[in-house]
Amino acid sequence: MAVEKDLPHTCSQGEKGQCPNEARRDFLKYSSILTAFAFMPNMAVKAADLKLEEKLVSAFEKVNVTLNINGKKRKLSIEPRTTLLDLLREQLNLTGTKKGCDYGQCGACTVHVDGQRVLSCLSLAAMQDGKKITTIEGLADGHELHPMQAAFIKHDGFQCGYCTPGQIMSAVACIREGHADSDDEIREYMSGNICRCGAYPNIVNAIKEVKNGGQKV
Amino acid sequence: MKDYFFQDSVGKPMDRVDGRQKVTGAAKYSAEYELPNMTHAVLVGSIIAKGRIKSMDTKKAENAPGVLAVLYHQNAPKVPGYVQAAHPSEPKPVGQPLRAFYDDKVYFNGQPVAVVVADTLERAMYAAHLVKVTYEEEKHATDFTKNVSKAFLPTAAQRNPKHPLNDYVRGKKDAYKTADIKIEQEYVIPTEVHNPMELQSIVAHWEANDKLTVYDKTQAVIGTQNAFAKDWDIPVENVKVIATFVGGAFGNGLHTWPHETAAIMAAKKVNRPVKLVLTREQMFTMVGYRPHAWQKVGMSATPDGKITAITHEAIGQTSSYEEFTESTLQQTRMMYTSPNVTTRYRILPLDVSTPIWMRGPGEATGAFALESALDEMAHVIGMDPLEFRMRNHTDRDPEKDLPWSTKYLKEAMQMGAERIGWSKRPNIPGTLKNGEWLVGYGMGVGTFGANRGRAKVRAVLHDDGTVVLQCATTDIGPGTGTAMVQIAAQNLGLAPEKIIFELGSSLYPPSPSQGGSATVASVGSAVHAACKALQQRLATLVADNDAGFKGATADKLTFDNGYLSLAATPAARVSFADVLKRQKLKEIEVTEESKPGDERTKYSMYSYSVHFAEVHVHPLTGQIKVAKIVSCADAGTIVNTKTAGNQMIGGAVGGIGMALTEGTVMDHRFGRYVTKDLAEYHVPVHADAPAIDVFFVNKPDLINNPNGTKGIGEIAIIGVAPAIANAVFNATGKRIRELPITPDKLI
Ligand code: FES
Ligand code: FES
Repeated sequence: MAVEKDLPHTCSQGEKGQCPNEARRDFLKYSSILTAFAFMPNMAVKAADLKLEEKLVSAFEKVNVTLNINGKKRKLSIEPRTTLLDLLREQLNLTGTKKGCDYGQCGACTVHVDGQRVLSCLSLAAMQDGKKITTIEGLADGHELHPMQAAFIKHDGFQCGYCTPGQIMSAVACIREGHADSDDEIREYMSGNICRCGAYPNIVNAIKEVKNGGQKV
Repeated sequence: MKDYFFQDSVGKPMDRVDGRQKVTGAAKYSAEYELPNMTHAVLVGSIIAKGRIKSMDTKKAENAPGVLAVLYHQNAPKVPGYVQAAHPSEPKPVGQPLRAFYDDKVYFNGQPVAVVVADTLERAMYAAHLVKVTYEEEKHATDFTKNVSKAFLPTAAQRNPKHPLNDYVRGKKDAYKTADIKIEQEYVIPTEVHNPMELQSIVAHWEANDKLTVYDKTQAVIGTQNAFAKDWDIPVENVKVIATFVGGAFGNGLHTWPHETAAIMAAKKVNRPVKLVLTREQMFTMVGYRPHAWQKVGMSATPDGKITAITHEAIGQTSSYEEFTESTLQQTRMMYTSPNVTTRYRILPLDVSTPIWMRGPGEATGAFALESALDEMAHVIGMDPLEFRMRNHTDRDPEKDLPWSTKYLKEAMQMGAERIGWSKRPNIPGTLKNGEWLVGYGMGVGTFGANRGRAKVRAVLHDDGTVVLQCATTDIGPGTGTAMVQIAAQNLGLAPEKIIFELGSSLYPPSPSQGGSATVASVGSAVHAACKALQQRLATLVADNDAGFKGATADKLTFDNGYLSLAATPAARVSFADVLKRQKLKEIEVTEESKPGDERTKYSMYSYSVHFAEVHVHPLTGQIKVAKIVSCADAGTIVNTKTAGNQMIGGAVGGIGMALTEGTVMDHRFGRYVTKDLAEYHVPVHADAPAIDVFFVNKPDLINNPNGTKGIGEIAIIGVAPAIANAVFNATGKRIRELPITPDKLI
């Protein structure tokens, strides 16, 4: 499914043809058409029979956003209900960000949005317009690993590796936030990132090393 | 940590060979393969625990945008293997795995009853909610305690008097009952769920009418390949199973599950690749769990600390359609000297889904009861529990009446006691304080069979001096690839950087499933054999073609760092690469199989662990903090101290969960879990995990296999929960016999 495309230039305001407000208005408008159908039971059934809903929805339901993902600007046309996590994984093939629960309970989906750690499963992609998103794929500087990635390897801060991207994104933020001053503080501020393999002590050691090494995170 | 055996590659704390892929997001797990024309499937689960599907209204879902198919029992493609399941020549199966969309029967709440396929994930999720199912409900039985009288001896044991699940009596049956000093207590563990971080997922793709490829989360590449070939009645080689990275499994990838078949059916129907990822709720009902278990231990001892009798009974939960069993009572049969031992194992079918082995299966359940009871008895006779265990240590397997292949449990116990500071343990519970916190120490022993299976490895030496090894095993997290590279480096005489170990594909030579802590013993032995065979080939090549090596045999050559040389004439030295180049060979290839021999009839083989815990308990709130854990293991040669240590740490964390936080709660009015996500089912988080120190005895068991290894995965968790429960008793004087030990049980 092609989601990445040039957006229609139908408004004059806004830079580079973006008109997020326009897009939102369209969305509301067509949503209410659909709602109106739903309030009329007979109509709804009929609409379903004729696959009207499908036609309407596929014609109008997309929202246009521009996201800066790992330093690359991407103009996207997306469904408003798509989460940032599913956008990354299912549409942009950035599968380094993991889905462990989809409910904001495990931290596997942690990414940075404008430098803050965010659970991408709880964030609608449509609300990230104009934001700067960093995923695990964008953390290293080319071939040079980010110090946190190197420390995770050195301290064996993982086993299966599935929670690892989320742990690393959180760990970087944890230091940036100034929440890595003691083992207990690290444990507290990393507790939103579950590691079922139980590599916790090694993760704490990796974070401590980066923190104490004073490298720029 | 000292390396007792190998000097070179094996034993080194080498970084993982796939570490870079894991920290950069490049590692691809099963749901992360991008295929052209991919579709998405979402399962609909039943909302009753028992009964029949009365009607299925799929019209709305079918008409929803992007929907390609809605499959259920009446329209799903037929699975030929379902029909053949009860072949007249085969004995009647003892139940069978749930057959997806087979008929209108509902066996448990959350059973998949339909699957919706759409062009996008969002559309499939939405449409799944539009499927309307009506049921004819029957009365269900899900409450273990209320139904416990229906427990029975597993059919396999009923049919075969020699089956290990039969009742076991050594000496006099139930001898503890007539003794002067005795205890008799009941212990309960609730249903626990594996909950690996990666949701169970599969991408199913029919490449041709009779050619299936699955990217599947599994611990059993070959087992899965065989199962699907049988299901779909196609040649085994037409099924390709890929499981390069597995995001944890802990046992739940040891079975093929209905969601896998649902995805394969859907792919058949829509004739496009189908991706199916379970939701976290579905992980509680569709891919097994550690079953709820009731146990009773009776024990008698002499005043000077000799156990005279143990009786250990267990009842484990299973489903109504499949008999799941595990070795809950094994440790009791062989761990202590007791002349009289009785064990009785029963299963209780309920209207729930089938359990599956979860890390330290059975044994971890059994060890909670046995090792708690040991602590209780030590308390009754007023003896230090470490001393009590030492006095009942056995140097020969009392169950099989065989010598151990190796057993260094005493060394492990001494190591651990020292490191935790066991001497600080108060003899009288509830008397040691740290500020307002009560402090206690506890220990628990674990054991698990040092298993080894048959495995095959292909090894190819290229003319650039690199070696690629292949095997269909998986790596669910322990670092299989890393360990195999180290074993190959050791046995080839080649730097680890020049070796690649490829796994997780059915295109590679077969291995057993990755379970029962047997991977390094099984696959490692095959790697060992393949490397020796490669050396043999190299030796023959130089002996035949190189004057300086005339008549040389592998045992007269030294293989070191990619070169081979004659011990007698060191000037005759040539690199592996040059041996090939001189003969204009691009590569040489060997495939070797390795399997256990009759040593298993002469020796009894087990890995051992002992775990020590220091806990702090707040007397007013009942809050429990695990302050420290020390885990020591006798697991033979340790191939990689870093990854093996990590595996032990992970087991200890799992044990903390078992002891303090994990347990499902079911609303029996509906037979449905109340705890169905990670906010309600509490696996340990960072804040629950203290510093965990790991020590290995690290002495090889060369009777077991040529690398001297024994397994680690299970013993890492077996014995941890009782160590914590015993420490809580030592801190508070309160004995909690039902896990998890939550604060409410202490106040
Ligand atoms: S997937 Fe987002 S928190 Fe679990
Ligand atoms: S490494 Fe497996 S969940 Fe953390």
